[in-house]
Amino acid sequence: MKPLFVAGALLAATVATAETPELVVYTYDSFVSEWGPGPAVKEAFEATCGCELKFVGAGDGAALLARIKLEGARSEADIVLGLDTNLTAAARDTGLFAPVAVEADYALPMAWQDDTFAPYDWGYFAFVHNADADAPANFRALGESDAKIVIQDPRSSTPGLGLLMWVKAAYGDEAPAIWDGLSDNIVTVTKGWSEAYGLFLEGEADMVLSYTTSPAYHLIAEEDDSKAAAVFDEGHYMQVEVAGKLAASDQTELADQFLQFMVSDAFQSIIPTTNWMYPAVMPAGGLPEGFAETLSADKSLLLPEGDAAALRDEALDEWLRALSQ
Amino acid sequence: MLKLDAVTLQKGDFRLQADLQIAAGAQVAVIGPSGAGKSTLLEAIAGFLPARDGRILWRGQDITALPPGQRPVAMLFQDGNLFPHLTLRQNVGLGIDANRRLSAAQAEAVTAALARVGLAGMEERRPADLSGGQQSRAALARVLVQGRDLLLLDEPFAALGPALKAEMLDLVAEIVTEKGATLLMVSHDPQDARRIATEVVLVADGHVYPPSPTAEILDNPPPALRAYLGAPTGS
Amino acid sequence: MAARAQPVGGTGRAAHRAAAPRPDAPRPVAIWPGTCAALGVALLVLGTLAAVAMRAEGGSGFGPSEASALRFTLIQASLSAVFSVGLAIPVARALARRRFAGRRVLITLLGAPFILPVIVAILGLLAVFGRSGWISGALGAFGLDPLRIYGLHGVVIAHVFFNLPLATRLILQGWQEIPAERFRLAAQLNAGPGAMWHLLEAPMLRRILPGAMAVIFAICLSSFAVALTLGGGPKATTLELAIYQAFHFDFDLGRAAVLSTVQLGLTVVAAVLALRVPVGEGVGAGLDRAVVRWDATGRSATLLDVVWIGFATLFLMLPLLAVLVAGAPGLLSLPAPVWSAAWVSVQVAALSTGLLLLVALPLSASIALGRRQLGEIAGILGLAASPLVIGTGLFVLIYPVASPAHVALPVTALVNMVMALPFALRILVPRMQQVMQQNARLALALNMRGPAFWRRVIWPRCRAQIGFAAGLTAALSLGDLGVVALFADPETATLPLQVYRLMGAYRMEAAQAAALLLFILSMGAFWLLDRGGKFHAEA
Repeated sequence: MKPLFVAGALLAATVATAETPELVVYTYDSFVSEWGPGPAVKEAFEATCGCELKFVGAGDGAALLARIKLEGARSEADIVLGLDTNLTAAARDTGLFAPVAVEADYALPMAWQDDTFAPYDWGYFAFVHNADADAPANFRALGESDAKIVIQDPRSSTPGLGLLMWVKAAYGDEAPAIWDGLSDNIVTVTKGWSEAYGLFLEGEADMVLSYTTSPAYHLIAEEDDSKAAAVFDEGHYMQVEVAGKLAASDQTELADQFLQFMVSDAFQSIIPTTNWMYPAVMPAGGLPEGFAETLSADKSLLLPEGDAAALRDEALDEWLRALSQ
Repeated sequence: MLKLDAVTLQKGDFRLQADLQIAAGAQVAVIGPSGAGKSTLLEAIAGFLPARDGRILWRGQDITALPPGQRPVAMLFQDGNLFPHLTLRQNVGLGIDANRRLSAAQAEAVTAALARVGLAGMEERRPADLSGGQQSRAALARVLVQGRDLLLLDEPFAALGPALKAEMLDLVAEIVTEKGATLLMVSHDPQDARRIATEVVLVADGHVYPPSPTAEILDNPPPALRAYLGAPTGS
Repeated sequence: MAARAQPVGGTGRAAHRAAAPRPDAPRPVAIWPGTCAALGVALLVLGTLAAVAMRAEGGSGFGPSEASALRFTLIQASLSAVFSVGLAIPVARALARRRFAGRRVLITLLGAPFILPVIVAILGLLAVFGRSGWISGALGAFGLDPLRIYGLHGVVIAHVFFNLPLATRLILQGWQEIPAERFRLAAQLNAGPGAMWHLLEAPMLRRILPGAMAVIFAICLSSFAVALTLGGGPKATTLELAIYQAFHFDFDLGRAAVLSTVQLGLTVVAAVLALRVPVGEGVGAGLDRAVVRWDATGRSATLLDVVWIGFATLFLMLPLLAVLVAGAPGLLSLPAPVWSAAWVSVQVAALSTGLLLLVALPLSASIALGRRQLGEIAGILGLAASPLVIGTGLFVLIYPVASPAHVALPVTALVNMVMALPFALRILVPRMQQVMQQNARLALALNMRGPAFWRRVIWPRCRAQIGFAAGLTAALSLGDLGVVALFADPETATLPLQVYRLMGAYRMEAAQAAALLLFILSMGAFWLLDRGGKFHAEA
C-alpha cells in the first residue's frame, strides 16, 4: 500500500504549478462549499487580482485554528478566514498572525478596533421557531415554558459555544441557574449546527439554536415565511467572523489586497444570501428583503475576546454540571 | 411388519418407487448400484424425506406423517452419529431421553449399554478421544438404549478396516437378535450381506424390489443385480 | 466426498486440528507478504498515535470528566453489545430455520443499517422513533404521549439498529455451521426445543457469542455523534467525544493521545477476549441456505419465528423507509456538485477496496497458514483505531513532505481500508483456512506455488468471500465521512461530506436526497461485488 500511496501523492503534487501568484485562504468548509460564498468570491477576486485564489476548507472555525496550530509557521496559508471572537484570543496567542491595516466603514453594532483581525460578516445567535407558535421573550421565560429546544455541544460546535457566551454575557454569575431552568427544555444536544437544524426541521423540537438571519434563508430561497427567530429582551450574543494574515505568508501584498477586497462591495454583497449572515460593511444595495433588522447596540452582546477566553472553561463546567444531572 | 404401500420418493429429478413388505425381526441388506437410492429409501423410512405418494406402515400403523423422532426407528448415518462436545455417557443417554435428565435407573442402563459394547470405563470420554471403532461402538450403545423396533444403518462402518467392520456387523447382529429388532442396512459389499442379512432388498432402476433370501439372490442374481455385482459371486 | 470417509461420530474438528500446518512445513504461498501487511497496519495505527503524542506540548491528563466519559462509554458499549446480540439470537434462529420467498433479499437488506452513514441513520431513526416520528404520531392519535427516545436507551436503540444486522449475520453463520447431520441426529432422537437448545444451539452460541459481543462492544466504543444526539446531552459524553474535544476545543494533543490509548486498550481487551474464541468456518458462503430442520414445525414455534423476523424487519426497515421517503422527492433534481461528489466517493471506495484486497488477501493467507497472531494484531488495531487520531497523526507525518489536500483521496481510502479490515478478515480467514487444508498438499505435490496457487486455487475457491469482503469495504468506504477535515480538498468533496454541506447550507431536502443517493450507491456497490463474487462460483 505504501508505494501506491506515495505515488499518488507525487502525482498530485506535480499538478500544482506556480505560473501566476497563488493566494491560499484557509477557511471553514461551508464557506468553500458550492452553496457558500466561496465560488463567487473566488471569481470576483480573481477578476481583479491577476492571481489564483485557492480556498482550503477545514471543518469549522475551531478546526481551522487547530489546523493552523498544527502547521505552524510552515503553513502554506496566506490568509485564515473564518475565526470568530471566541477563537481570536487563542489565534493571537499563537504569534502566527501579522498585523493588518484594513480600511472600512463597518456596519457593526460596535466599533471595531483590531490590528490583527478584520471582520467580514456577523450575526446574532437566536432561537428559531415556527412562526405560528408563540416564542418566549427571554431565557427565564424559555426555562419556565415547556417549549422543547435543541442546541449544539459547545465542545464541538461554534454556535454551541456562542450560546454559552450568550448566557454568560447576559446573566454572569446567574448563568448556572439559567441552565438549570433550561435543562428540561433541551431535547438533545448535537455535535454540530447541521444536525440540530435538521432535527428542528424534522419536528423534533419547537426551537433550535441558530441565527436571527436563518428565517431569511427560508423566506428568500424557499419563499417560505413559516420560520421566525425569537427576539430575547436580554439581547442577543453576536458572532463576528474575521480574517487574518499569516506572518509567514509569501504573498503579503496579495494578502493585504484580499483583505481590503474582503470589505469591498464585491465581497460583501455576496455574503447575505450565501453565508446567511450580516455583511460587515453595508453593501450599496443594502440588505436583501427578508433580512431582519439589526438590533440596537445595547441589545448586541459580545464579550471582549480576553474575557471570552477567560470565561470559556468556567462556562463549560457550569453547562456540563447543569445538563449532566 | 414394515410395509411400504405404493410409495413414491422424489429428490429433484430422481424418483424411486417402493412397494414391499419386510417381516418383523428380519435382517435385511439393501444393495444396489451407487446412486440407485439406497440411502433415499432409508431416509424416507426414518422420516427425513417425506414420501411423495403412498403410505409407510409399521405393524399396521401408518407412520407416513410422523416426524423422525416419533417413529419406531433408530438410524446410524455415514458420519456424525455422536455429538463431539458431549461425553459418551451423555451421548448414549440421549437415546433414552433427549429432553430430560435421566433417572438413576436410566443412568444405570447407559453404563450397562456402554459395557455391553465393550466401552466400560470410557463413560466420560469424548468422541474425539476415541478410535473409529470405539466411536462406532458408542453409537451402537445408543441404539441399544433407544430400544426401537427398526434399526437402519446407512453404511456407518464404511471407513473402518475389514476386520473391524466385520466385528461391528457381528455386534449389530447380536444386538438386533437380542432385541428382536428389524434391521435394514445399506451395503455395497455382498460379503456384508452374507455375513448378517437373512434377506436382501435390491434397489435399482428407480425401483425397490421385494426382499429375497440372501443366499438365493446372491447366488442367482437377477439382471439388475448382476450388472452391479459385475461377476458371479457364488464361487 | 471427503466427509464420507470419516468414521462413525467423526467430528471433523479434530481432523482440522490435526491438519493445521506445522510452522516448518512447506507452504504453497509465502508468509512474508501477510506479515508486511500486518506490520503496515500496525505502523499506521500506532505510528499516527505516536505522532500525535509527540506533537503534544505539555497537556493535561486524565481528569474526572474523562473518567465519567470512560464510564459512560463502557456502559453504553456493554449495553449495546448485550442488546444487539441478545436480540440477534432469536432473529438469527428464525432466519436459520425458516424458508420463505424473499428470504435472501431480506437478509441482504437487513444488513443495510451497518453501512448507513451516521447522520442519515440518525434522521431515519428519529423519523420513526422521534418526538414527532411515526410511532409518536400513532400514539398521539390515541391521545398518548410521544415516545421519549433521548437518553441511554436511545443510544442503545441506535446502536442496536446499527449492529443488530452484524450480530444477526455472525450468529446466523453459527447456526449454519452446525452440520446438517447434527440436526438429523437430534431429530432422530426426538429432541424437543429444550434438548435442541441444550444439544446444538447453546454450544454453538457459547462459541459465537463472545466474539460477536466483543466486536460490537469495540464498534460502540468509538461512537460519538450517535451517542451524543440520542443520549440527549452531555451526560452521554463518550471517549471519542472527549478525544474530539481535546483536538477541537482545547487543542490538547497530549490528552487526545492519552484518551486514544485508553480507547485502544479497551478495544484490545475486548478483541483479545473475542479472538480467544475459535473462528468458525465458511463465513459468507451459504448464508442464503436455510438448514433443513425437523423440529420447530409446531404452530407456536412458527408464530414465534414470524414475530421475530417481523420485529427485525420493522425495526431495521422502517428507518430506512423514512430515509427513502425523505430523499425520494429530491432525488431527480439533485444539484450537479452532488453527482460529482458521488463520482469522487466511488473512486475512493474503489481505491479503498483495491487496497483492502492488497492487504487482506496476503494477510488472510498468512493467518490461514498458521500465523494467527497476525490476524489478532490487524483485527484489534483496525477496530480500535480512532479515525480522528489516525487523521491527525497522518497529517502531522505527511505535512512536512506533501500538501494534505493533494493526498486527500488516497489517505481517505487508506483509513477506510483499515477500518474495514477487521470485518474483511472475519470473512476471508475461515474460508482461506479451509482452502489451505484441503488443497495445500496437493498443490505442493504438483509443485504449484505462489502466483499459480493464488490464480488457480485461492481465487476460484474464495471468490464468494472475496466478493463479500470487497462489497462490505466498498459500502463502508462510500458511507464514511472520511478522515477529519484536515485533509479536505474543496474540489474533491466526497458524497457524505456533500450531504453535510447541503445540511449546513439549509438545503435539507437536497441533503436527504443526496443521503438516499449515498445509500443506494452503498447498497449497490455491496450487491454488485457480493453477487459478482458468487456468480458461477461454487457454493
